Amino acid sequence: MSQVFSPRFALVLRIATVFVLAGIVAAAVVYRVNARGDAPQDDPIEQPIPFSHQHHVRDDGIDCRYCHTSVETSAFAGIPPLATCMTCHAELFNDAPVLAPLREAYAGGKALEWNRVHDLPGFVYFDHSIHIAKGVGCSTCHGAIDRMPLTRRVASLYMQWCLDCHRNPEAVLRPRDQVFNVEWQPPRDQKQRGAQLRQEYGLRSTRELTDCSTCHR
Amino acid sequence: MPPPVTEASGSLAMRARQRFWRSLSEAEGIPDATLPRPIDTRFAPNRRDFMKLMGASIALAGVSGCSHGSLEKIVPYRAGPAEQTYGKPVFYASVLPRDGYGVGVLVETNMGRPTKIEGNPSHPASLGATGVIEQAAVLELWDPDRSQTVKHGGTIATWNDFLAALQAQFDARAGTKGTGLRILTETIASPSLHAQIQSVLERFPRAKWHQWQPLNDDNLHDAAEMVYGRRLDTVCRFDRARIVVAFDGDFLDDAPASIRCALDFATRRHAHAAADARSRLYAFECTPTLTGAAADHRLPIQAADVGAAIAQLARALGATTVDVANVLPDAWIAAIVADLRANRGASIVVAGRRQPPHVHALAHVVNAHLGNVGNTIVHVPPAADDPTNQLASLRDLVEAMNGGAIDALLILGANPVYTAPADLAFASALAKVPFKVHHGLYVDETADRCDWHVPAAHPLECFGDLRAFDGTLALQQPGIAPLYDGKSAHELLAALAGDTTRGNRELVEAYWQRERASDFAAFNDRALREGIVDGSTPEPINVALRGDLAAVLAKATPSQPPRAADDIEIVFVADPRIGDGRHANNAWLQELPKPLSQLAWDNAALIAPALARRYGMENEDIVEIRVGGRRIEVAAWLMPGVPERSITLALGFGRTRAGHVGNGHGVDAYAIRTSDAPWFAGGVAITRTGRKHALACAQTHHAMEGRDIVRTFTLGEAQACTPDECGTPRYRNERTLYETPPTGPYAWAMSIDLSSCIGCGACTIACQAENNIPVVGKAEMRNGREMHWIRVDRYYEGDIADARALFQPVPCMQCEHAPCEVVCPVEASVHDAQGINVQVYNRCVGTRFCSNNCPYKVRRFNFFQYTDDVPGLDSQRNPEVTVRMRGVMEKCNYCLQRITNAKIAADVEGRRLRDGEVVTACQAACPARAIVFGDLADAQSEVNRRKSSPLDYALLAELNTRPRTTYLARVTNPSPALAQSTQQSRRREAPPAGAVDTRPRADR
Repeated sequence: MSQVFSPRFALVLRIATVFVLAGIVAAAVVYRVNARGDAPQDDPIEQPIPFSHQHHVRDDGIDCRYCHTSVETSAFAGIPPLATCMTCHAELFNDAPVLAPLREAYAGGKALEWNRVHDLPGFVYFDHSIHIAKGVGCSTCHGAIDRMPLTRRVASLYMQWCLDCHRNPEAVLRPRDQVFNVEWQPPRDQKQRGAQLRQEYGLRSTRELTDCSTCHR
Repeated sequence: MPPPVTEASGSLAMRARQRFWRSLSEAEGIPDATLPRPIDTRFAPNRRDFMKLMGASIALAGVSGCSHGSLEKIVPYRAGPAEQTYGKPVFYASVLPRDGYGVGVLVETNMGRPTKIEGNPSHPASLGATGVIEQAAVLELWDPDRSQTVKHGGTIATWNDFLAALQAQFDARAGTKGTGLRILTETIASPSLHAQIQSVLERFPRAKWHQWQPLNDDNLHDAAEMVYGRRLDTVCRFDRARIVVAFDGDFLDDAPASIRCALDFATRRHAHAAADARSRLYAFECTPTLTGAAADHRLPIQAADVGAAIAQLARALGATTVDVANVLPDAWIAAIVADLRANRGASIVVAGRRQPPHVHALAHVVNAHLGNVGNTIVHVPPAADDPTNQLASLRDLVEAMNGGAIDALLILGANPVYTAPADLAFASALAKVPFKVHHGLYVDETADRCDWHVPAAHPLECFGDLRAFDGTLALQQPGIAPLYDGKSAHELLAALAGDTTRGNRELVEAYWQRERASDFAAFNDRALREGIVDGSTPEPINVALRGDLAAVLAKATPSQPPRAADDIEIVFVADPRIGDGRHANNAWLQELPKPLSQLAWDNAALIAPALARRYGMENEDIVEIRVGGRRIEVAAWLMPGVPERSITLALGFGRTRAGHVGNGHGVDAYAIRTSDAPWFAGGVAITRTGRKHALACAQTHHAMEGRDIVRTFTLGEAQACTPDECGTPRYRNERTLYETPPTGPYAWAMSIDLSSCIGCGACTIACQAENNIPVVGKAEMRNGREMHWIRVDRYYEGDIADARALFQPVPCMQCEHAPCEVVCPVEASVHDAQGINVQVYNRCVGTRFCSNNCPYKVRRFNFFQYTDDVPGLDSQRNPEVTVRMRGVMEKCNYCLQRITNAKIAADVEGRRLRDGEVVTACQAACPARAIVFGDLADAQSEVNRRKSSPLDYALLAELNTRPRTTYLARVTNPSPALAQSTQQSRRREAPPAGAVDTRPRADR
């Protein structure tokens, strides 16, 4: 390959490179702040219907599993089919304008498109069923869902956040009957109880829980 | 450097090592054109171009940086399907056609998308295994090249337009009772479809039904008629046969029953099979096939001599008096006759479907003579409806078309413009028909010449029913609604019979409602759930040989015409991957190297090295082949094991209207195939053109020359084996510089039995479908960049003239001391506690150091963004497996997703995984049950049992990588008498290199 640049031009190019690099760093910062693909943490996400977990969970006392049917058996907790909504809303608020998109979709019109609040990258394989089976409660990751008029994400979902728990699951393990209790708070002796539960549930070793292959494949 | 072979691999292994070679270049010391060449990546722009490129890339990088990701949407069902658990796959039992006959499958659907095919354990043609064709069916389903609309004269039309045109035809010909109406189908083995054809023929009594597919059973059915006076199917039970003699009969790969045959055959071939249960296979064949490779004794003979060969055996057994020239060596005949006589009722003599009827007739006679009928050979009523002679049927049709007697022709599924014998000139005859309708998956060569084209629904989109090779019936159900509004053959035939209102499902159900009026609901439910119709396997029929058989046979057996000493024959075979060409647009099948030639993306004239030498030809030389006044030009490929005066050419290539993938690959062999010699023809002239055609061959990409790679022992040697002598201890050396790998409750491992592996490649395609493995194309393949996570290597043993092929599937070895791990600068290649060497895609930066340091060359690198080239295909992907991007290394991980999901399910129930609960994709597909996967920590596991065999050995054990995947050495069962005499004769009679053996065949 012949020499591409003259020495003088090379100097100009070097200076330009510094500016370009600085520009790239700035662009990366701007991109990082503004262009995250998933929903922002702690901000309520706008939805086609302003569905309130607070109302359905706290006021009506509906169990999580009434709608999220596959949370105990599948990786995906499940989004309820419209028929589930209509079991009540065929009668209740059946002419409320706010529920118009639901009625339209149920009648075969435009499909209802919820905005995903918890969106993991494609190379991460989270499984709800095993977490439920091993005593990790809903509110451990999803927060006080019964106090959310609009659903928001309370966890960063960064790998660091996953690993905090996988390295030290004792801090969050609950008795099985408390898993769906959204008001559960760790008792003062959680560390002890957690260790006991870890034994009882037969959790895998910390090494196994932090293996790459546990979540990535 | 460790010594290449240590004392532990012992004398037998040492001796074995000497006999192997891998390609002709290795055996003969000539340079091989397909050795990986340096890839031309020179890039020398001038300053202007450089600035332009840099400017453009920075600008583009800026643009792409601005794109905001949008929130992902979740669209709920209106009312979820009852059987669906969100996030879990649903399996539907169905049946897929293989040359027209059914193979039972389970269709895995993920949120309504068919993504993977598994075999149906209760279906007789599958027993849980699948072949490459079934595995690749999902890719065909999602193929964006499939025909998507009704077409009229090449322009888009609607189904209603077509129905109106059809009605206009009926009106114009009212009262003619269908004179001039013809229907052309392929083999039909479907009761409901056959009933519909009958109802069309009832409405139009003067209409006629023709059948044609190039891979048909004409020869088998004609032979049955010759021997038993009726057309019937013969089912071979290889699990009951101790001696098998195959006359150009590739039952392991080239038959509708192949998967079952391979399964049955393997039961007596496993490395651990008891010595007195082991079978012995003699194969006489022209083209090297999987059956020949599996044989204990294989003798290459010309296709035209097969008839004389089987007659010679029959005569030696005293089964017939048909007198033709001897072609087989006496020692062979003596050994086979002794074996057959010692195993009366437990042997099979089988001929291939490309051999003429009298060869099959002689096989019937021999089997009857040996008392095999009723034991290893079962006769059943034909599975096909109306098993007529298809060549005669097609010839009738062409004559009628040429005579102007046909007003309307409906072609269902067939592609005769491409597949009809060249001398029939189907295309020009077709042009004389005023109203022509084509129904098919693609707008193919035939559709192009028809007035109307109706897109067919894929078998994964239809209801229906199909009989298997043995007559067992199974119902077909869709995994998804037709993607492109395709119509099933049922709907088209119903329209012809005047019923345009009912859909595919109603038509099929209506048929079964009539047939099973008393219990339809229970019947339908059960048949769809189980994947077969209970009790539908027909009873074997007892048939007696015809009284005048001797006379018929004598008449049918041609006395061998004197041939010129250097008369060369051409043999047409179905391509082992794309069949008769119908799968030409399937990139998985195109890129899967053919088992013996290891070529992909092309066909080639397979010629013996001796013939090549005579004509001064090398690999990739384009040669002109002239036969019977027709000619083609095709690249030559030197192939050990081909008789010297024989050229093999695979059908199915040279398509012009297959689609973006299949067009223009290879050469159309149908152009020189005539109806009087559909499978082999003599009088071939070949000349070199002086030009070359580049072929993509996987053969030398991963050469591991001069090492102890495939081990093979005779039964006697294997019985005398101790682990020190035959196998290799997996832990060669306890001292090591590597870190001790972590341990956990499970220790996954694999064992591959080279004794039962037949080399079919089903594992490769199953892995491709399961693990979202991309296709790279011919050009990239020539650069050695294919992506298969499990490849099937092929080695040769013995002399070039009658080389024995050996297969070895090679996935990642999951080394406990993995050389790839220590060189990764970003820890993307690491061990987990279950012993899997995992590749962490999101860490990988693409240095490729790991691949460089891998002694097995099983790591695959995404040199380009292969995965999003074709928009429609993302629906096929397995949601359980990450789709890799450009610049990332990947490799086999023991189907980690299957392990993890099974482990989670067991953990939820609070129990340990049971042996056999995790089945890898390759293991599930394997028709020979060669692959076993399991837990080393479970002392009772099958994988532990296999690894305790003295035949267990690790690949390149001297490197002390401690692979978790090990092999069982291949055990052959040669005839003691023949082994001695052939070795002697080989030594005595092997022609010197460069010389041409001109002695008469019988003397060799």
